Amino acid sequence: MDLNASLFLVRPEVILSFSALALLLLAAWRSDSGRLASILAVTALFGAGAFVVDFMATGTDATAFDGLIGNDAFGNFAKLLIYFAAAISLMIAPRFLENAGAMRAEYPVLILLAAIGMGIMVSATDLVTLYIGLELNSLAAYVLASFARYDGRSAEAGLKYFVLGALASGILLFGMSLLYGFAGSTSFSAIGTALNGDISLGMIFGIVFVLSGLAFKISAAPFHMWTPDVYEGAPTPVTAFFASAPKVAASVLLIRVVIEAFGNEAMVWQQIVIVVALMSIIIGAVGAIGQQNLKRLLAYSSINNIGFILIGLAAGTEQGVAAMLVYLAIYVAMTLGSFIVLMQLKARDGSYRETFADIAGLSKTRPALAAIFAIFMFSLAGIPPLFGFWGKLVVFQAAVAANLLPLAVIGIAASVIGAFYYLKVVKVMYFDEPADVIAPADDAVLSWTGGILAITQSPLGYLAIPVLAALSAQAARALF
Amino acid sequence: MIQVISFYLFASILIASAAMVIFARNPVHSVLWLIVAFFNAAGLMVLIGAEFIAMLLVIVYVGAVAVLFLFVVMMLDIDFAELRAGFVKNVPLGLLLAVVLVAELILGVGAYRAGAVKLGTPEAGAATVSNTVPNIEAIGNLLYSKYIFLFESAGLILLVAMVGAIVLTHRRSHGSKGQNINSQNMRRPQDATRNVNQPVGQGVEL
Repeated sequence: MDLNASLFLVRPEVILSFSALALLLLAAWRSDSGRLASILAVTALFGAGAFVVDFMATGTDATAFDGLIGNDAFGNFAKLLIYFAAAISLMIAPRFLENAGAMRAEYPVLILLAAIGMGIMVSATDLVTLYIGLELNSLAAYVLASFARYDGRSAEAGLKYFVLGALASGILLFGMSLLYGFAGSTSFSAIGTALNGDISLGMIFGIVFVLSGLAFKISAAPFHMWTPDVYEGAPTPVTAFFASAPKVAASVLLIRVVIEAFGNEAMVWQQIVIVVALMSIIIGAVGAIGQQNLKRLLAYSSINNIGFILIGLAAGTEQGVAAMLVYLAIYVAMTLGSFIVLMQLKARDGSYRETFADIAGLSKTRPALAAIFAIFMFSLAGIPPLFGFWGKLVVFQAAVAANLLPLAVIGIAASVIGAFYYLKVVKVMYFDEPADVIAPADDAVLSWTGGILAITQSPLGYLAIPVLAALSAQAARALF
Repeated sequence: MIQVISFYLFASILIASAAMVIFARNPVHSVLWLIVAFFNAAGLMVLIGAEFIAMLLVIVYVGAVAVLFLFVVMMLDIDFAELRAGFVKNVPLGLLLAVVLVAELILGVGAYRAGAVKLGTPEAGAATVSNTVPNIEAIGNLLYSKYIFLFESAGLILLVAMVGAIVLTHRRSHGSKGQNINSQNMRRPQDATRNVNQPVGQGVEL
């Protein structure tokens, strides 16, 4: 395949790269151009998204650059989610970062570069591409975590994320080198062919190490320890970004590696995925109970949700993968919305609040905000009239269809534990004595994005099911 | 034969020094053991006929990374008096290491002349070492054709690292005087100097 045809297939990445470079020049000449750069970056993301939609409409399924990177419905579905989440985290950030004295034009540049990395991750069909995309995304994420560098917690979050992320990358690389050594190739399809029938001990080690490294990136238990600290320390818009886009990218990458490269050896990875899924659900549910800080609470909630997403992978069927994609789409909207609500918890002195004590009796002072937060909490808990329920339902359906009934039963039981702390948030907002520390609404962008995301989680969201189901089924079909 | 001997020598010393990186109590010693490990890894690369990668290992890792590590280690709180105290005691160990490295050098050159070792890689898609195309040319051919996308993406990663380092550490300093080359060049002699016909016996007027 010649270079032009290959470049044509990675148009979204190319356009984002050029935009990031142009914005970097803008940042170099006008350091105060943070807002302008953010708007331009959102435009670039929409442009790249338009290319992805075009790919989806014409239905390409091809690999570019000698099979290093693919362009299929599966990756394109994930790219749309990623670009959406990145655009939202760009839109909500300027006011918050300006308050923290950290708004600079490098923020949108780094988000764009991270989005390129994630785009490469989700369409990687080769271990080397996988690693390059992962590092591009991770390095940008480390910097973003400590973006408010004068805030000690933010610097600490960046350092912790960096050290643990480097360790995870090392584990992943070790696994990849074992796979390469035993399979003789880095391409997913060649590894899939080599992993047929008799499997050597070295390959099992490789699979385990690769899965561990990727589990770290999606913050699945038992590799979740960094999540609460990083989520708490990073600036809230950055946390919203971490909880949405990279999660999607890493989960989708995990699906692709497991199905395309390890697909023939379900015996080996299935038990690992089941254990990781159950541990994530339980640790995410139990760990959140004692938290006073809402950002930490949402961090545990994200661990919990990753567990539910992995149930779909444990099923290992086309239905399971489609269910995971549906869950991911709903999860992105829920988690972004929750963090947008957190960003609106601003005291009268201009400081941002993030503990239970601050939202006590919020329904008296900010009824609309409290209602939106309640919607997101109910949705995260998976309580029926809200859209979050649908995601859990399809995932459990897939698990039951794949004869994993015990897994589904334990998952449902643990989601009841999880519901406890989601409901606690609602209880504190609606039934506690008003603390009256939160100032009236003053940010139209946050109110609107939060409101719109809340509508998608309301029963109105069920209207999107046909579209979502069709897209996710098409995406999952591309993988099998 | 010489290849087999060299392989086991390089491999065993590589593993031993890698273990010492972890077990050495003194971080400076760890870094030095790491350098020994890198040298031996380079020796292994020479053995399989990948001389360019061997040179890269020495130049990039031993040169730059090890020195960088030393910088980081120097910033740790280390008692240097204690460090120097064991000099006489450690001389035999140092000499032994020097002897080992020299022996490896000789063996490595000998093994390299004897030709590349055949690796026991799986048949499917395994890379073969060509005798006619030099390493650098072979890597260059792949890097700029098959792997061009990854090469460019790696460039983006380096860009992120650069942007990140600047974002996290750059401070705009206030009150420091910078050099304005343009205004320096625009300056004419008559603006800055004055010819005075100084009369004898009178004071200088400034």
